Amino acid sequence: MEDTQSTRRRWLGLTAALGAGVTACKRSGPEQAEETGPRLLGKPVSAYGERSPYETDTRALPNTRTPEAASSRTPLQDSCGILTPSSLHYERHHAGVPNIDPARHRLLLHGLVDRPLIFTVDEIRRMPSVSHIHFLECSGNSGGEWGPKTGRDASQSCGLASCSVWTGVPLSSLLHEAGVQKDAKWLICEGADACKMQRSLPLDKAMQDTLVAWGQNGEALRPEQGYPLRLVVPGWEGNISVKWLRRIKVTGQPYMVRDETSHYTDLMPDGTARIFTFVMDAKSLITFPSGGQRLNGPGSYEVTGLAWSGRGRIERVEVSTDLGRSWQNANLQEPRLPMAFTRFRFPWKWDGSAAVLQSRCTDESGYVQPSKEELIAVRGLNSQFHYNGIKPWKVMPDGSVTNADA
Amino acid sequence: MLMPNLVAILALLAVGRTPTPEEIRAWDISVAPDGAGLPEGSGTAAAGKEIYANRCARCHGAKGEGRDSVPVAGGQGTLKSPKPLRTVGSYWPYATTIFDYVSRAMPFDKPGTLSHDQVYAVTAYVLYLNGIVAEDAMIDARSLPKVQMPNRNGFVPDPRPDVGRTRGSGSARKAR
Repeated sequence: MEDTQSTRRRWLGLTAALGAGVTACKRSGPEQAEETGPRLLGKPVSAYGERSPYETDTRALPNTRTPEAASSRTPLQDSCGILTPSSLHYERHHAGVPNIDPARHRLLLHGLVDRPLIFTVDEIRRMPSVSHIHFLECSGNSGGEWGPKTGRDASQSCGLASCSVWTGVPLSSLLHEAGVQKDAKWLICEGADACKMQRSLPLDKAMQDTLVAWGQNGEALRPEQGYPLRLVVPGWEGNISVKWLRRIKVTGQPYMVRDETSHYTDLMPDGTARIFTFVMDAKSLITFPSGGQRLNGPGSYEVTGLAWSGRGRIERVEVSTDLGRSWQNANLQEPRLPMAFTRFRFPWKWDGSAAVLQSRCTDESGYVQPSKEELIAVRGLNSQFHYNGIKPWKVMPDGSVTNADA
Repeated sequence: MLMPNLVAILALLAVGRTPTPEEIRAWDISVAPDGAGLPEGSGTAAAGKEIYANRCARCHGAKGEGRDSVPVAGGQGTLKSPKPLRTVGSYWPYATTIFDYVSRAMPFDKPGTLSHDQVYAVTAYVLYLNGIVAEDAMIDARSLPKVQMPNRNGFVPDPRPDVGRTRGSGSARKAR
């Protein structure tokens, strides 16, 4: 009995040492021995729940002297389903997370409108609301993939993407209240953070599907996600979903602000730069097996991952296990929602030899996710943003999984 | 028959209140590329040199070469090279953006602490470091929008989808 227990303890220690790659979501540990004898009472009910102390997935933090102007990355390798817990949603701040009292927060809507308006948070929450599931992705996500040294795990490669159910008021409702004038074409949207981060948003998109959100995953927005109000601009680069939203100015032109000129523009080989590259093109990522994880010997595995597109629904995900020589359709988990994460699954029998796993998605516009080489052939090596290339993972004969860098 | 705009008004939820013109003026710090929204005040690079040294150089370098933060000067002519240097002088298309960004976001650890005159002066100094204006050029709401940035015409609209294939066709995908 003692031997069995110590063996089990060693096994648990070993799996812990191997990292969080083998998670409760995807696979269970060894059979728990049947408990016998008296049992202790568990913890009482609690006011605000916490995850199990055995769960340790966290956002990856950067090494920087200015963590207020930085990003943290969602541990996509540990994800299951399509929703990202609010506490693990990626962050990108430009001047830290402000502490905002919702009772004092206001949203001003002005400019080319018939009736400028100031809204309280209560007033916006009182308006007819909707809840939609959408991904957000920083346009700098996977920026490291352009170069020779790619992300070693799913978080480092692709962790500036997350997916939530957002609740809020269609921005069109607020614009309707104010009465948009006929010369209006753009909205200058500004946050209440220390740097008053702002972006120019085309009026068409604002009227189409943009939300002024106050809820995320069934509760109020987290402070780092824009509490108490933020824009959610579905399918577009994350920076334009302005957090801590305090002001919208309706104008006839974009204001060429810092974060749409010096940042988030894509420099081409000819020296020109693309501006207002809003849509996040279709992208997919295998989350298991992915870099840093380990397979426990040959046998049956379920390859799984996420796919998304700023142009609508994911129609197909193909998986290759043989360096891209052949591709087979993966199963797509419903629901497949437009501009939301879609979970894919693919049964795979690993024979124990080295293998390269890749996924490639197609969205409802017919766009097929390109390879890194195809992207570089058109955009060169200096465009920094909007990388959506296929991500290969290499499974080694010992079961370890790495990025497939040479 | 009701007029369309009357129908629209009747359908309103009547939430929110009307801000006063003073409230809008106090909140509205937006600066357009044509200079609309630039406040009164002015400054020269000569006046901005000391402000820059005290408030900006620690992160952006004494000559704008960049230290803890991004460079703000240099890099002109490098955008096509393997190592492009994107700075205010080499990359930013509008001079108004400098005033707007410094005014709302700089200095990084104490945004909002510079006066309008100081922001104009720092803007002038950054332009001067890039060889775009003279040391004694007066920068204000009238002159700043007229400053010609070297990369003013360097930006092109989004041509995507530019890479990859359409399912079924197998051919390279061209712009819409």
